[in-house]
Amino acid sequence: MANLQSNFIGIKSPNPFWLASAPPTDKEYNVRRAFEAGWGGVVWKTLGEAGPPVVNVNGPRYGAIYGADRRLLGLNNIELITDRPLEVNLQEIKAVKRDYPDRAMVVSLMVPCEEDPWARILPLVEDTGADGVELNFGCPHGMSERGMGSAVGQVPEYIEMVTRWVKKHTRMPVIVKLTPNITDVRKPAAAAKSGGADAVSLINTINSITSVDLDLFSPEPTIDGKGAHGGYCGPAVKPIALNMVAEIARDPSLRDVPISGIGGVTTWKDAAEFLALGAGNVQVCTAAMTYGFKIVQEMISGLSDYMDEKGFASVDELVGRAVPNVTDWQYLNLNYVSKAKINQDLCISCGRCYAACEDTSHQAISMSEDRVFEVIDDECVACNLCVNVCPVENCITMEAMEPGLTDPRTGKVVEPDYANWTTHPNNPSATAAE
Amino acid sequence: MTQSPFSPGVAAGRLDDAAYSENFSDLHPALDPHEALVAADRCYFCHDAPCVTACPTDIDIPLFIRQIATGTPDAAAKTILSQNIMGGMCARVCPTETLCEEACVRELAEGKPVKIGELQRYATDHLQEQGIHPFSRAAVTGKTLAVVGAGPAGLSCAHRLAMLGHDVTVYDARAKAGGLNEYGIAAYKAPEDFAQAEVDWLLQIGGITLEHGKALGVDVTLDQLKSDFDAVFLGMGLGGVNALDVEGGDKAGVSDAVDFIANLRQSSDLGALPVGRDVVVIGGGMTAVDAAVQSKLLGALNVTLAYRRGRDRMNASVFEQDLAASKGVRIMTNVVPKALYGNGAVQEIEFEYVTDDMTGTGETTRIPADQVLRAIGQTLVGDGLPDLEKGKIAVTGAGRTSVAGVWAGGDCASGGDDLTVTAVAEGRDAAMDIHASLVG
Repeated sequence: MANLQSNFIGIKSPNPFWLASAPPTDKEYNVRRAFEAGWGGVVWKTLGEAGPPVVNVNGPRYGAIYGADRRLLGLNNIELITDRPLEVNLQEIKAVKRDYPDRAMVVSLMVPCEEDPWARILPLVEDTGADGVELNFGCPHGMSERGMGSAVGQVPEYIEMVTRWVKKHTRMPVIVKLTPNITDVRKPAAAAKSGGADAVSLINTINSITSVDLDLFSPEPTIDGKGAHGGYCGPAVKPIALNMVAEIARDPSLRDVPISGIGGVTTWKDAAEFLALGAGNVQVCTAAMTYGFKIVQEMISGLSDYMDEKGFASVDELVGRAVPNVTDWQYLNLNYVSKAKINQDLCISCGRCYAACEDTSHQAISMSEDRVFEVIDDECVACNLCVNVCPVENCITMEAMEPGLTDPRTGKVVEPDYANWTTHPNNPSATAAE
Repeated sequence: MTQSPFSPGVAAGRLDDAAYSENFSDLHPALDPHEALVAADRCYFCHDAPCVTACPTDIDIPLFIRQIATGTPDAAAKTILSQNIMGGMCARVCPTETLCEEACVRELAEGKPVKIGELQRYATDHLQEQGIHPFSRAAVTGKTLAVVGAGPAGLSCAHRLAMLGHDVTVYDARAKAGGLNEYGIAAYKAPEDFAQAEVDWLLQIGGITLEHGKALGVDVTLDQLKSDFDAVFLGMGLGGVNALDVEGGDKAGVSDAVDFIANLRQSSDLGALPVGRDVVVIGGGMTAVDAAVQSKLLGALNVTLAYRRGRDRMNASVFEQDLAASKGVRIMTNVVPKALYGNGAVQEIEFEYVTDDMTGTGETTRIPADQVLRAIGQTLVGDGLPDLEKGKIAVTGAGRTSVAGVWAGGDCASGGDDLTVTAVAEGRDAAMDIHASLVG
């Protein structure tokens, strides 16, 4: 069993799996169950100012999209920050932290964009014994209409300003949670860094309408015939989250900013991918909301087995391993040539590769009378679509051509050396290779 | 219940009512909507799909399954029924394991084909249970056609002709329409009077007149039909049964499996149907299996299906053989009946073991038999028919016979498997050919 101990910006937890600030972390009851199930930490659902709490809608708060057999692939929510009184939450946080001192207890906060409210709430949180705070600059629905959440996260100057206030008024580590509803995630990340943030966490949810009721002509979820956009999360958003994490992790000016990875983490493998792209830990929500807290057991055993197999002594050895291999398109090796290859022993003759290639790609797969499908190397550009649509794993593979061989499509000999677009003769801005 | 499975002889009421009800319920309960979605999702939507090639009626299976998967089962039904107007019955009785589901790439990949038959039933039931008939007639042409036989071939032909605007009169010897769907298949494959419901639904197209109790050669003649109508389609099936030509073959207790099945299908009280304690069915086709399994379900203690060749040569599919075995039917192979013994009524049957090339071995065996059911093939009956080929009406192309203006299809015509789905295809194709010849 590998050592999964995690130390994220000085916050220790027995494993790198935290529950994200969300409905599962809104109450003492839930969080105690989470810790009993084995979660390494939680980010308590966002607290607001003292006084009358926010109110939620009384109709559906969630919408979903499904895959086969109603497998939940994406979830959308219009729930606001906690709708329970501040003092109740603070008492519960204190009680839980006291009973689970080895677990990470981070508290998410969202108060108006003025210094005083932040100055008022931070000492109250410190008093609970919490390990840190996360600034919710990400929620895209409801609170953003009141100048909070993603309304702050979409303006780097506000992020920097608020982060600075928070650092001024607390000794706790500060994580800034970023919204993906922007054009370049590096800008808000840089603002958080300038403001003195100890880390960023991302992504928060994505503006979304999950579906439209075609009888009511109303977006889902529908409240009395109307719908408002919600925040999208779950397995469907993972690719977007991975890219944003990588964008920050590989930016030279942001490389030292610790990242808490969020967005569709459902299995140990998803978590490992976030870690490899530079996240120091991960936060989970939709998977727990779909299957319950017990999933963390699979995440722990899976990550542990993987680390043992790779010989990693600590989670830190995995963190960022894939970052050097994330590059820009212009630096990809144009001299690397591969061709699709169909394993006839595995092929079940469904013909999906043929339909995809013939109808939508390069006419590079042939079909015989008796349903044998073969790649035509003269036409194959190695686009990978046949691999992607094939229902049989490993039936179609991309095989690299050895240097010295001639690519029958281009008639050119495969060069052994790396060469990219920056030096390509077709590039009007090409610079001669030195 | 006055008798039990142990009671000797041929007796009714061997089981209690609950057992009959359980035994003759749906072989495959209908898929519920979620099961249908899960089953539909397994379809890969193959290019030029092998299942379609394997279907005698060329139903666009990937399309109708995708229509189910996207929540439009009625559109799926229309896709099915436009190729096969008896898609509902075929979904129940087709040997899918040797047709579409055998060809399914997931059968090749993992031995678990997409449940094409059950999905087809889901779609067609969904539409038909609403009473929706999705087709309408073209403008009336004034042409009149006679169809002989209200079975799958005849009704398929009649429906297509009616849809194309012709007026069709269907003659059938029996009291009810449906042919083998009504009289000839196991009750548990189409319970709740599905065959009649399907006929009623099919006739909603309009333009079809049914003449019951009119047998060709008895009540109507082919010459008369030829002169009264613009064209004739013969789809009367095989009315005769091969005799059991052995010593004692005429003893009491010996009867035809087709009659046994027909009586069972028309019975309103299964407890009143007599069945032997020791039943022997002779034959190796679907009829033999249907008779053997239903004998067992009626409460027979021992049921033996005796076939003259090996199991691999049986016309009944492996699925049917396994179904019989699972119900407790013993399958004897490489045996031919030599003699039946008994004082008046049969009590024992003697078989000789034969090799695969039907050479007698001289070795014999005798087993108890108080009921013997013959299922050794059916024959075409009738005089003045078009030219025959191997005992059936010779056809070329889309069912054209040796007589101008007369088409034939289904079991009475040469070529093709004797399957419901084949009969439907032949009836449909003959209708299109008749239509072309009439309006061309």
